[in-house]
Amino acid sequence: MVSSAEARQHSSLPQEIKNKIVIEELSVGYSDGTESLRDVSLAIPDHAITVLFGPAGGGKSTLLRTMNRLNDLADVISLSGHVWIDGVDILDPSVDVISLRRRVGIVFTQPVVLPMTIRQNLTYGLELAGERSRSRLEEAVEQSLRAAALWEEVSDRLDDPAIALSGGQQQRLCLARVLALEPEVILLDEPTSGLDPISTGKVEASLQELKEHYTFVLVPHSVQQAARTADYAAFILDGQLIEYAPGKQIFTNPQDQRTEDYVEGRFG
Amino acid sequence: MRELNWREYITTRLIRACGYSAIIFVGLIFIFLLREGSPALVEIPLPSLFSSRWYPIEEYFGILPLISGSIVVTIGATLVSVPLGLSTAIFIAEIAPRWAKEILKPLVEVLAGLPSVMLGFLGILVVAPFIRTATNIPTGLTAFTGALILGMMAIPTIVSVAEDALDAVPRTYREAAHALGATEWQTIWRVTLPAARSGVLTAIMLGIGRAIGETMTVMMVTGNAPVLLTGLESLFRPVRTMTATIAAEMGEVATGSVHYHTLFLIGITLFLISLIVNMAAAGVVFRQRKRAERILS
Repeated sequence: MVSSAEARQHSSLPQEIKNKIVIEELSVGYSDGTESLRDVSLAIPDHAITVLFGPAGGGKSTLLRTMNRLNDLADVISLSGHVWIDGVDILDPSVDVISLRRRVGIVFTQPVVLPMTIRQNLTYGLELAGERSRSRLEEAVEQSLRAAALWEEVSDRLDDPAIALSGGQQQRLCLARVLALEPEVILLDEPTSGLDPISTGKVEASLQELKEHYTFVLVPHSVQQAARTADYAAFILDGQLIEYAPGKQIFTNPQDQRTEDYVEGRFG
Repeated sequence: MRELNWREYITTRLIRACGYSAIIFVGLIFIFLLREGSPALVEIPLPSLFSSRWYPIEEYFGILPLISGSIVVTIGATLVSVPLGLSTAIFIAEIAPRWAKEILKPLVEVLAGLPSVMLGFLGILVVAPFIRTATNIPTGLTAFTGALILGMMAIPTIVSVAEDALDAVPRTYREAAHALGATEWQTIWRVTLPAARSGVLTAIMLGIGRAIGETMTVMMVTGNAPVLLTGLESLFRPVRTMTATIAAEMGEVATGSVHYHTLFLIGITLFLISLIVNMAAAGVVFRQRKRAERILS
């Protein structure tokens, strides 16, 4: 655990906060020669929303996808550094990726509902995890839909194909699907970029309500959203972590000139 | 300007004529089949048409053994080709590393273009003797042999079309399933395959279509004895299919005779069977599409 303590010193966060994820000198390169992340170190606290923001192509999604090893499916050729979750380095090849992904859920930019009914979309992950009890599955369906602010809209048509839902509903279904698995960490990759303001508001409100039970890592689709939702915010530019601080501080009084320029809309 | 309009006019007319002529040709073929085949229904009493003896020289025109031969060989070929073809398609699309995929896909497509006579050779020289010695029967030219060879013929078609369908499933579906903690196999079985269902079904139907219409190979390897199938053991006896019968006897039949009309009647039956198979497949795909349209609207 020496190394996770070292990593903690890279960040400017107070030491007493419990860090759920500690990223240490993470570098990722893709097979087409592009380098996506360079020496990123970051400590992400529990029970809060940590926002990763910055211009497109900066490596935010890569960082997010590394945290549940979904990047294993991409053409990554070089990977160095560590990602500690609860003190375990999840980049270690011996880590059970399947159970890791159950603990670290993800919601994508485009809502990806599986070609099944609404109910099956929610129970699929649980069934994969070995849950067989009908009543417990039913309970999970209702709870997760309520938590994602979708229950009122779909409770009477749970057996309709999930594709039938509107874009906003699909995205909340994807959030509910992740919640149903009761993960510890939830990664959100621009979850509201395709949604109207009302749906966006609903999703953001759900996040605020749920954050006492989870660790959220959010890539927002705008600086405004970052400012609205962030408890902590990391500014990422060209694969590097420029600045990391509590949300209030970074959006009102950024320390780095580049952060200030970006937050005030001078580029990006 | 005027010249452009004129050219436009000719081109659209030409394309339209081509489109209509395809319909007209199909219609003409069907009318021709009907005209040549329907007299058989009058000339031969129905009970003897649906009897189990096909021996045209002595005026026995029972087409049941031919129909059963075709159906058994086709079903057998389907049982061989669908599991193998689908697994191969899944392997190429989902599991094989990229370099293997780039070699396998073109190879399979070359296989699909293999002339059926060559597979017939393979059947006669390799498969039939093997089956004869392995099961200790008088001849290796049996329904089983035919099904095996036809199955092998249909595999490349199924693999090629099904692989395209699987490949077209968005990568995001797989990512979503993996993100929920699904293993490779669970993702394939519960997410990728259902998402590619209509394409996979088309692949299977094309494979079956290839098997049921195949003539040369079955003539070479099934032994060509028009015997009605009576049980499982007749799988290992010679059979004769409808296609093989037409091909073998059409050359030496007197035009306008009862035998001639009956051969055309067999043609009509074959036509109807493949029509039903195709319509069933289209129906399933169409139902799904309608469902999808309803959902998307």
